[in-house]
Amino acid sequence: MRLKKNIALSETGFVFDPNTGDSFSLNRIGLEIVEKLRHDKTDQEILNELLENYEIDKASLDKYYFDFVSTLQYYQLIDDTTGHREFL
Amino acid sequence: MILPVTVNFYENLDSQPAGRMNKLNITVAVTGLNNIDSPGPGVPVIRALRESDFFNVRIIGLAYENLEPGIYMPGIADKVYMIPYPSDGVEALLERLEYINSRERIDVLIPNFDSELYTFMKSDKRLGEMGIKTFLPELAQYEERHKANLSGFGKKYNVKVPGNFELFSHSDIQKIPSGFTFPLMVKGKFYDAYTAENKQQIAFFYNKIAAKWGLPVIIQEFVRGTEVNVVALGDGQGNTIGAVPMRKQYITDKGKAWGGVTLDDKNMLELTRRIISETKWRGGMELEIIKTASNELYLIEINPRIPAWVYLAVGAGQNLPEALVRLALGLDVEPFTSYKVGKMFIRYSYDLLVDIGQYELVSTKREN
Repeated sequence: MRLKKNIALSETGFVFDPNTGDSFSLNRIGLEIVEKLRHDKTDQEILNELLENYEIDKASLDKYYFDFVSTLQYYQLIDDTTGHREFL
Repeated sequence: MILPVTVNFYENLDSQPAGRMNKLNITVAVTGLNNIDSPGPGVPVIRALRESDFFNVRIIGLAYENLEPGIYMPGIADKVYMIPYPSDGVEALLERLEYINSRERIDVLIPNFDSELYTFMKSDKRLGEMGIKTFLPELAQYEERHKANLSGFGKKYNVKVPGNFELFSHSDIQKIPSGFTFPLMVKGKFYDAYTAENKQQIAFFYNKIAAKWGLPVIIQEFVRGTEVNVVALGDGQGNTIGAVPMRKQYITDKGKAWGGVTLDDKNMLELTRRIISETKWRGGMELEIIKTASNELYLIEINPRIPAWVYLAVGAGQNLPEALVRLALGLDVEPFTSYKVGKMFIRYSYDLLVDIGQYELVSTKREN
């Protein structure tokens, strides 16, 4: 799974989808996750890095992370050709 | 910071030539100066022509109402004349245009209202005799894409369109096919569209629309999705000279775009090119499209003229009004190859102060 290539992302967390015209604002953590997705990191890599850098338990992180990623999918910001993710 | 990106429109074509030093002086007459909450395209068309690298334009504004803002806006029209409504008949209009032309020597006329296009198309020969050029759709093209004929258009050109049914009388409401489920769109033949949730609402909107725009009133199946639009220009030979897709970001209670952003949507451009190619569309056009959640494109309307948001296309790199004037004058026009994605427009209202003397001139002498 990766972010669609043509999605424009700014350092302020502003996201623009040129295909739909939708725009979104990310908070700092959201931006960090999206940047990691853009760099083709796997879920596990991203979760490990977040666990390492933030004070949060694994169960909560999993819940919030996959909720966030499903939101990205809902808004079609994820490249479908890379396959759909299965959520636990 | 996100900067607008440029996409290739036709990947294998060279870019547009650079601006000319010596501009061609021409006089262009433009209607649609009603820059109101449901704006006509006149003012943005004029702004586009004033920014031309090729032409140095003298603009003759043609207005129907004394209070059309474009009459009074500084830097828009060099001279404005009032003209009679199309409902007054072709002769009254042509007589007035003959008078205006005797004083202004108009090179090109750009009508911008759906409701006046038929009259101008029918008058093409007489206008030509006066030396006035237009670049309008053929009558058959104009009729074929009519809202009431959209189903046939969809079948003929293999384009997804919602089903439609014409109402010529109140009693026709009871004849709406059972396959049409609510909500349904109720549309005027030229303008206005309302969503109806039941037959009582259809009856209410039927009365409202019929009184304003006449018959038929059109019932159209409701397609759920996002409304997107394309402004495009066809050369009459099947070539798309330019096309820019846009999504409305802010819609007024009249369904008009108050803000919009250019899109990178190859499917919309492909659909546009196909329609222009197969219909050999001549002139400006606006495609109104619903994009469903599964990314299917349903064509809900073809407006046979430049839309009021055309200045967005100019800002995105395609001066379509300038290209239309070049086509009208028989000059070569290279298709545009790209436009900026992520270019936005936001409309605003602004109070213009006008001396009563100006209004008096428009009201009494019918020119300003």
